[in-house]
Amino acid sequence: MNSSVDIPGAAEKTKSTKSTALMHRVAETGRKPVGFVLNGQPLTALAGDTVLTAVLTYSARLRFSEFSGEPRAGFCLMGACQDCWVTTESGKRLRACGTFIEEGMRLVTGAEGLA
Amino acid sequence: MMERITADVAIVGGGIMGASAALFLRRIGFSVVLLERDLCGSRSSGVNYGGVRRQGRPLNQLPLSQRAQGLWARLPELIGTDGEYVRSGHLKIARSEADLASLESYRDRTQGFGMDLQMLSTRALRERCPWLGRVAVGASLCPGDGQANPRLVSPAFALAARRLGADVREQTRVDELARDGDVFVLRSGETLEVRAKHLLNCAGAWADRIAAQFGETVPMEAGHPEMAVTEPLPAFMDLSLGVEGGGVYARQVARGNCVIGGGRGYALDDQRARAQRSGMAGLMQQTVELLPALKNAHIIRTWSGTEGYLPDRLPVIGPSATTPGLIHAFGFAGGGFQLGPGVGAVLADLVSEGRSATPIGDFSIQRFSASPRAATTGLASSTSTSVV
Amino acid sequence: MSSVQPVIVGAGPAGVRAAQALVAHGLRPVVVDEAPRWGGQIYRQPPEGFTRPKQALYGFEAGRADALHGAMAAILDKVDYRPDTLVWSAEGGKLDLLRNGAMSTLAYSHLIVATGATDRVLPFPGWTLPGVYTLGAAQVALKFQGCAIGSRVVFAGTGPLLYLIAYQYAKAGAKVVAVLDTAGFAGKVAAVPAMLRQPALLAKGLYYLGWLRTHGVAVHQGVELAAAEGGERVQAMRWRKSGREYAVACDAVGFGYALRSETQLADLLGCRFAYDKLQRGALPERDAAGRSSVAGVYLAGDGAGIMGADAAEWAGERAALALLADTGQLVDASRALWLENRLARVAGFRRGLERAFPFPAGWAAAAPDDLVVCRCEEITAGELRRCVADTGAREMNRLKALTRVGMGRCQGRTCGVAAAEILAQACVAQPDAVGRLRGQAPIKPLPFSAAAVPAVPQEAA
Repeated sequence: MNSSVDIPGAAEKTKSTKSTALMHRVAETGRKPVGFVLNGQPLTALAGDTVLTAVLTYSARLRFSEFSGEPRAGFCLMGACQDCWVTTESGKRLRACGTFIEEGMRLVTGAEGLA
Repeated sequence: MMERITADVAIVGGGIMGASAALFLRRIGFSVVLLERDLCGSRSSGVNYGGVRRQGRPLNQLPLSQRAQGLWARLPELIGTDGEYVRSGHLKIARSEADLASLESYRDRTQGFGMDLQMLSTRALRERCPWLGRVAVGASLCPGDGQANPRLVSPAFALAARRLGADVREQTRVDELARDGDVFVLRSGETLEVRAKHLLNCAGAWADRIAAQFGETVPMEAGHPEMAVTEPLPAFMDLSLGVEGGGVYARQVARGNCVIGGGRGYALDDQRARAQRSGMAGLMQQTVELLPALKNAHIIRTWSGTEGYLPDRLPVIGPSATTPGLIHAFGFAGGGFQLGPGVGAVLADLVSEGRSATPIGDFSIQRFSASPRAATTGLASSTSTSVV
Repeated sequence: MSSVQPVIVGAGPAGVRAAQALVAHGLRPVVVDEAPRWGGQIYRQPPEGFTRPKQALYGFEAGRADALHGAMAAILDKVDYRPDTLVWSAEGGKLDLLRNGAMSTLAYSHLIVATGATDRVLPFPGWTLPGVYTLGAAQVALKFQGCAIGSRVVFAGTGPLLYLIAYQYAKAGAKVVAVLDTAGFAGKVAAVPAMLRQPALLAKGLYYLGWLRTHGVAVHQGVELAAAEGGERVQAMRWRKSGREYAVACDAVGFGYALRSETQLADLLGCRFAYDKLQRGALPERDAAGRSSVAGVYLAGDGAGIMGADAAEWAGERAALALLADTGQLVDASRALWLENRLARVAGFRRGLERAFPFPAGWAAAAPDDLVVCRCEEITAGELRRCVADTGAREMNRLKALTRVGMGRCQGRTCGVAAAEILAQACVAQPDAVGRLRGQAPIKPLPFSAAAVPAVPQEAA
């Protein structure tokens, strides 16, 4: 960012070790763990997480825009904007904000492959 | 305050037929007024599948179709945009030996028309089109056929005509239509009156009403296609697809969406139609059978339109049997998009020379009348009626 | 009586109270809802197994939320409840449903449409960056998942929700680095008389604002949102006020400008629409009782015009009473009148809200050409303006046909308002003169795989 205006807080570093995560858990952390795989990497979510929460507590994107190629991470969280579609390794597509994470789900958030 | 205009040619209907006719008439110097009751290209011309296809047409349509093909090649020059037209090729799938035989017979019968049809065996098909489902056992490929975006192309014809000086009036319904001596008189509300020696009836699925006004009844029925489109998908299909025997057609646009059609929609009212539940599941199943790549895809939108069908599935193109100066072009049975520019050119021929080098005899409106009534004469007001 | 088969679409405040009223009069409605649990958005229940008490989830609304949840729980065995079920179309007196990847149909004799609302958004540069969400999304993350959308959050836009959500986040321990309200202070003061029609709501709004200030949250009013900046995700938010530009570092932005109604089902059912000046958009017409222009179809709650959760409960009950009366049942006329009077008062409050938190009418004129308006299809304001200039397009469906705006997966939900504003400004017309996007099925994306599953045979009444 090149600006002539001071940006308050720019010098502060985030305390979180998962500095690339978008979503931050602030409550309800005492839930059963649920194992899933994201882009080949085994991770742990909590029972009752949506796919969106599960993925975004580790990363900052769900997919790439088909046209600009830029990363997207959902928008409305209530099934309206249709921006949170995520693909499984087997090619199935699901809406991340409206699908609960399940044990063993294998998700990809890169460029979509053929179904 | 009644605005009164006189022009050489009045055109009713701003779809691709009327708009391309307006364009070509302007290019040869005729003055044109085009009256469109909604927005140009908002009906069948703007909501069809977008196939720009010669293959599969009855033989008597092929000369007209070939002429259109030549005009499609000049689209940017004619209308200022390419309308996303590409010669992707059209592949007509056989799902059985009988289908294959049918395709081969068609290829034999159409040799002279320059379509360069190539038969693909099962093995050749699997190699060329690995994305095709096993239900396809062979196909006929027309390499020069293609696809375009009707939402862009059809309005662009009207815009091009306007830029060349055609007086194009949108949101202008023809409320009264009559003959006064040897001119046609068209009125829209209390505000516009147009007088012209030539009248082109390009009113699409509603053109039979105009024909009937001049004593020519045609048994036309409205039909509604069933259309659907997917979300953008990774590119996998480079051809426009149809199947022998009909049922489903599909193409993938440059942005990745697959446009699919097949079956019948239904009418909401005289002017609007919708995709139908009863056909949707079947269309989706047939599509996935043909294109397994769609098994995880979604339909994000469906639509339909209103098209004119005559019993022989051939259009009416040509002069009125009852009224000098009246020329018809309607009833394209859902297959008019590719013909559009060709029809416009033929209509321009008919206005300027009274004939066309492109054979259209089989499309004469006379085939529907045993004995055409004589043209009505007399003053305008007494014979006028509300139209469309 | 057995020929009356009512179906309610939506199990938020309006749908639940409608169901309650029908059950009280001996009917057994089918209640279809897209969500896994009833409650709608504002009273959305977390998944089973979450432990926060309702006080923590709903704050001042805990009592109302609990009452609403309890109301549905009490009638659960007296209704045919279909959660996780999307209504994707309607045709010939039947709804098209999608549940668990399978399609089915549901016949109805009478229908109460209570489809609710989503955030109304106006884009700013950078709004598609990861980490930029709607206000409603920020609330869902907190309420429904126990998450904050970031660790240093900016809330922006305008409307009462802006302050509510900033307050909820700050109370939950998330750092709210700024609240950026495009509405100025003067409008809020002028609106107080109108807002006094719902004094409790006004009091709550003032409470949130006061609380934020005393807890050190920077609140800026009368600002213009300039841009969100960042690479892989948002890192800063810039705004303008009185000719100066400011910026603050952040890792999330929640924004919105009040709500917009989900009217797609009403559209497919053939309901007549009319332009509503207050909502700045076309809404399905309804009479004081909630009857639409289609016999047997009733509209209740935010789905046919934003009215707030309290009003949605009254509207749901009122629509149910109308349905009952229309089918020959005796209903409490004084109760119906009481509900209508409450609803009428809400209208005055809503006008006050618009005065306090006005829609930024200057947004379109200030929108740069390279601003993405349609995020599904990545269509910019400049492309829309070029289309108007090149083709003379003046109507929304024509603009959509020529530019693809609104053709993406969300079918114009997100971009429809902004696109209409750009179109109106580009062809120098009023927002009510550019038409509205035609509704088309499916209401939400329909998977091809659903056609492979044999359709579940549906019983009618």
